[in-house]
Amino acid sequence: MSGGARIWALHLALVAMLFAALFVLPTYHATNLARIMVLAVFAMGYNLAFGYTGLLSLGHAMFFAAGMFAMGLPVWHWGLGGGPALLLGLVAGGAMAGAVGLLALRTAGVSFMIVTLMFAQAGYLTILYFGQVTGGDEGFVVDAAARRLFGFDLSSDVPRYLAALALFAAAMAGCLWLVRSPFGRVMVAMRENEERSRMLGYDPFRVKLAALVISGVYAGAAGAAYGLLFGYVGGSFATIQYSILPMLYVLLGGAGTVLGPFLGALLMFYLIDITSGFTSAWLFFVGAALVLLILFAPKGILGTIRERGARWLP
Amino acid sequence: MTKDIIGAGPSRRTILKGAGAGLLAAGFAPPVWAQSAPIKLGFQLHRTGIGAAYGRWYERTAQAALKLVNDGGGINGRPVEIVFEDDGTDPKRGAEVVEKLTSQHGCDAIFGPLFSHVVIGSAPRAGELKVPYLVCSEGYHVASGMLNRWTMQPGITDVRAQVSSMAPWVMENLGKKVTMVFPDYAFGHDHRDFFSAAVEAAGGEILAHIAIPPTETSFTRYLPQIPRDTEVLYHVMVGPAVLTFVKELGEFYGTGARPEIFGFIDSLEAVDTATPGLEFLEGTHFWEGHCRVKQPDASEHETAYRAAVGVDDNGASVTDTRDVATYAHMFSVWETLHVIKAGMEAAGYQGPEDRQKFVEAVEAMTEMPESLAHVQGAKVFNGKTHQVFGHQFISRVEGGKLMKVHTTSMEDGMYEDAVDYTAQSF
Repeated sequence: MSGGARIWALHLALVAMLFAALFVLPTYHATNLARIMVLAVFAMGYNLAFGYTGLLSLGHAMFFAAGMFAMGLPVWHWGLGGGPALLLGLVAGGAMAGAVGLLALRTAGVSFMIVTLMFAQAGYLTILYFGQVTGGDEGFVVDAAARRLFGFDLSSDVPRYLAALALFAAAMAGCLWLVRSPFGRVMVAMRENEERSRMLGYDPFRVKLAALVISGVYAGAAGAAYGLLFGYVGGSFATIQYSILPMLYVLLGGAGTVLGPFLGALLMFYLIDITSGFTSAWLFFVGAALVLLILFAPKGILGTIRERGARWLP
Repeated sequence: MTKDIIGAGPSRRTILKGAGAGLLAAGFAPPVWAQSAPIKLGFQLHRTGIGAAYGRWYERTAQAALKLVNDGGGINGRPVEIVFEDDGTDPKRGAEVVEKLTSQHGCDAIFGPLFSHVVIGSAPRAGELKVPYLVCSEGYHVASGMLNRWTMQPGITDVRAQVSSMAPWVMENLGKKVTMVFPDYAFGHDHRDFFSAAVEAAGGEILAHIAIPPTETSFTRYLPQIPRDTEVLYHVMVGPAVLTFVKELGEFYGTGARPEIFGFIDSLEAVDTATPGLEFLEGTHFWEGHCRVKQPDASEHETAYRAAVGVDDNGASVTDTRDVATYAHMFSVWETLHVIKAGMEAAGYQGPEDRQKFVEAVEAMTEMPESLAHVQGAKVFNGKTHQVFGHQFISRVEGGKLMKVHTTSMEDGMYEDAVDYTAQSF
């Protein structure tokens, strides 16, 4: 099997397994998996910026929330349908990332991280400040009538799972295609050596801005889908916690790997779910996992596997 | 080699003691359950996150109420179990916890969350799973119609009722020109909107609304915005900032004349009013959902409840006087569990297939007389809006203690129905 065929076969096998999981898993775990798939799309977007392009952002909560609110507010105030609302969320995530990128990409490294963090904090406070319009810190419930897509009721378990899987599969295919495309190589070149890439004739600002916008589209799509699938839009999704979560998923699964974000989201979700069942110090376990990761697998799980043999992993 | 141990065998006295203890234990023994599976209730607990101070006491209150219910024969003769799951006071995790309690633990109903964003974030999933979700959140979001038929609030009045019912007394006893200081987010906005409307309805006047951004840690630049002719300063601050707020307010007015001050105890839940730095509160007034300090006219039920949850006469833990209870709110957990018991018994609840009957039974409830099940006081449940109405208390800080000066009537907090959940399908 050629390298390309093997790669696509692996990823399609994951999608097939996730489809089969719907019929095998108990309801609780199936719904969890639907959440995980949407969060993995968010993390995939983060990975495109951080893992592939080297943009360490602490502002992705803003892109996630932009998608969520751009989907939810027109539904809440004007009764827009689920499909168009979802598209609006996707566009909003990208637009917000573009606007922030235009300013923040004048900086790099730690400064970029701090500037994106500040923008995200400003975004969160804006949601609170315009609480009459946005629902503020309390948020709002997405009307059940709007939670329909192509005639399917997204508040039912099976259509919701399939919608999450469709989004995940599309995002993963897009990510895989992108990172294997010439532009994907240029993104990696920016991460590895920006100056050398510039010398080769690439414009780092444009490449990084494009990568950030694509990353924002992923985050926006995930935010909009999360609101639509689970019926709630709220300011808490714009807090710094939601900028850190995708970073943790990516670090755990493997930065710069296509499947790493999914694996990271899956493991982190269940780490929290299981440990919070028997201790209030569940954050200790999250911290301990990260310390162990840094000590023994600094490139994340799939990054380490790739390094130790499976070099063909994208 | 054997070794004789003097005193190792049972003496006559030991046997008598043992027999006595056995008889005593038999007298107070818990009921012997028939071979019936327990009723499982899920508790969505703010064990970590910003609601942790409440969560700690909510868990204790739930345990105390559970003991009472089980000692009294359980629900429909079946023992009751509570499964606690931490939601981190986060709406995303809250919805996941509702899922976990229902689908994995197989709970018959879920109760207990306080923070509004957690309730609003979790209620849609409860509705989808068709599991009764009884919240203790005070939010107006239940009665406003935002949620669904499976979500009810039978254990505590909402902010709208609380705030509105304060206005007549404040107008009559403290002054008619009011300045409001509140946090600039949804919780503060509820106070701003409902209290302002009630003040205007009572013939008073709001001189200024001073909204404090949520990230603020110092209030010195806001205090000069209080108009000079303010007669009543209404404050509702949340979290550690309240200590700074009160301290800076004290420095601002010094020993000179100051307006009357009226606040919501939310500002000082789990905080000792005798804390150094809070002396300025002496003589000021607070809303309390349930009086923290045991009042001279405390009922026998209130006394029994206080003992059961382990709170002393000053409102602190009987085992640690520094551990002040969230007394103004935590009765809601106790009362909600008793409503669940009453609802399940009225519905003849057998299992999850009877969840709808249970909701309908609670919706059919109206009068809830003051009793060991309703220790905070008598209440009336509105089945259409899924919201309970009751009395509120106004206390004055005297010698560092909150002493009750007024009890509102139930009618003071009532308002027009905004929704009829009973018209919605399950």
